[in-house]
Amino acid sequence: MTCDVCGKNAATVHLTEIIDEQMNELHLCEECARTKSAAMEQQFGLSDLLAGMVDFQKPANKEEELINVKCPSCGLTYVDFKKIGRLGCGECYNVFRKYLAPLLKRIHGSNQHIGKFPLKIKTTARISKKKIDLADLKEQLQKAIQNEDFEDAARLRDLIKKISEEKGKA
Amino acid sequence: MQIDDLIKHTSEWLKGIGPNSDVVISSRIRLARNLNKVPFPHWASKGQLNEVIEKTSLAMLKIEQLKKATLFELANLDSIDKQFLVERHLMSIEHTQKTEQKAVLVNDEENIAVMINEEDHLRIQLMQSGFNLFEAWNIINGIDDSLAKLLDYAYLPDFGYLTACPTNTGTGMRGSVMLHLPALVMSRQIERVLAAIAKLSFTTRGLYGEGTQASGNFFQISNQVSLGHSENEIIENINSLIRQIIEQETQAREIMLSKSRDVLEDRINRSLGILKSARIITSQETIELLSMVRLGSDLGMIKDIDRRTINELFIITQPAHLQKLEDKKLSQQERDLTRAELIRKKLNLL
Repeated sequence: MTCDVCGKNAATVHLTEIIDEQMNELHLCEECARTKSAAMEQQFGLSDLLAGMVDFQKPANKEEELINVKCPSCGLTYVDFKKIGRLGCGECYNVFRKYLAPLLKRIHGSNQHIGKFPLKIKTTARISKKKIDLADLKEQLQKAIQNEDFEDAARLRDLIKKISEEKGKA
Repeated sequence: MQIDDLIKHTSEWLKGIGPNSDVVISSRIRLARNLNKVPFPHWASKGQLNEVIEKTSLAMLKIEQLKKATLFELANLDSIDKQFLVERHLMSIEHTQKTEQKAVLVNDEENIAVMINEEDHLRIQLMQSGFNLFEAWNIINGIDDSLAKLLDYAYLPDFGYLTACPTNTGTGMRGSVMLHLPALVMSRQIERVLAAIAKLSFTTRGLYGEGTQASGNFFQISNQVSLGHSENEIIENINSLIRQIIEQETQAREIMLSKSRDVLEDRINRSLGILKSARIITSQETIELLSMVRLGSDLGMIKDIDRRTINELFIITQPAHLQKLEDKKLSQQERDLTRAELIRKKLNLL
């Protein structure tokens, strides 16, 4: 099989592109593949993709406010984030919360975590804010008891009780 | 344990056992975790990254499931060793680039691997043979709970586990299932299936994960969304999708058996014939032919070769594995010769 682009070299790279549910197969030689992937990266690098999504929600005329936002913990600026598509540290999520909350919603369809949490984290402050899967908690409690992890078990038991009470009130 | 010890045994997940192991090769769960108040790897200083390796590896080696594990610092490995770990699915291709201050921790059974300082401080992975995501989740969840007692994770109640890239935030979890779908490919139904998967916000990748094309008859399917659903919900969603794909593959196999058994049997046995007699063979051709032999074994057309042998051949015929087995650097031509010889030996001995 020869390369679809140059028609000279043997095709060694086989690429499937999906554009609007339309699948295209491309057979390329190594050299043409490299050129194509460089071109694609330029257009569609993940960081650009994310940065593009941020751009989309940029409030008009507020560019300056954005440029000045900087994480006090790691020094990452909003401009850095736009450029590399990655946050600098956990604290960045607090600092850029205003811009991240809608971005996360666009990526995941939600910006509210409802999965597990590190057992160390103080649980009291979180209850009113989010929906907690009671069944999940009960499962964790069972596991803690099985593992004779009584400190965690006690904390989970109290948490389940508290949530159940609050649910009762509501 | 040394790197060279790994080659002496078959990884746990390659055993070819577990539910639906005629269609599902392996199930994998990975969790992304970061330390609180430490910059993510791409934004951290060398000193901070070294501290991450030290702190996390100390903690990991303390917990029950990782007591028998070995830490490999990537800067100490040569390029064959690194590729060898990728071929065994113990780390990503990404992790072999710019290897300063990077490490990977692997347990003796090779079902647990933790990349340190890849995109996140920790990428904890658990692999199981067959269709077994919930079991994988139970094990990795236990490891994560134990680690959380020793390490302070970056976490916010509303956003969940915080990751360098916002696409992993929330549960930080990716569940993947590696499927072997020869009948859907041969009957040209695979395109329809892949298009449907993409619509449901799942991703399809190749044998070696992110950045690799789905090639031949192997497809790795994983969730894209990590925030807004509990881990159990995410796994249940993947499971229900995978169950449908398994059913379609099984149906396609049955139809081929009833409508064109002779053609299928011919193709499978020709594939086996080439593997048993070829003198020069590329890794791509090997994968394609082994895929047919695996199908033959699953359908009972080939009786003397078990799934485990076929799975093992998939791995040991990869470039770095060949070079490890021969204990020297081989050019591509030399590899194609050595590979053919190795396959002949393995298959003709049976």
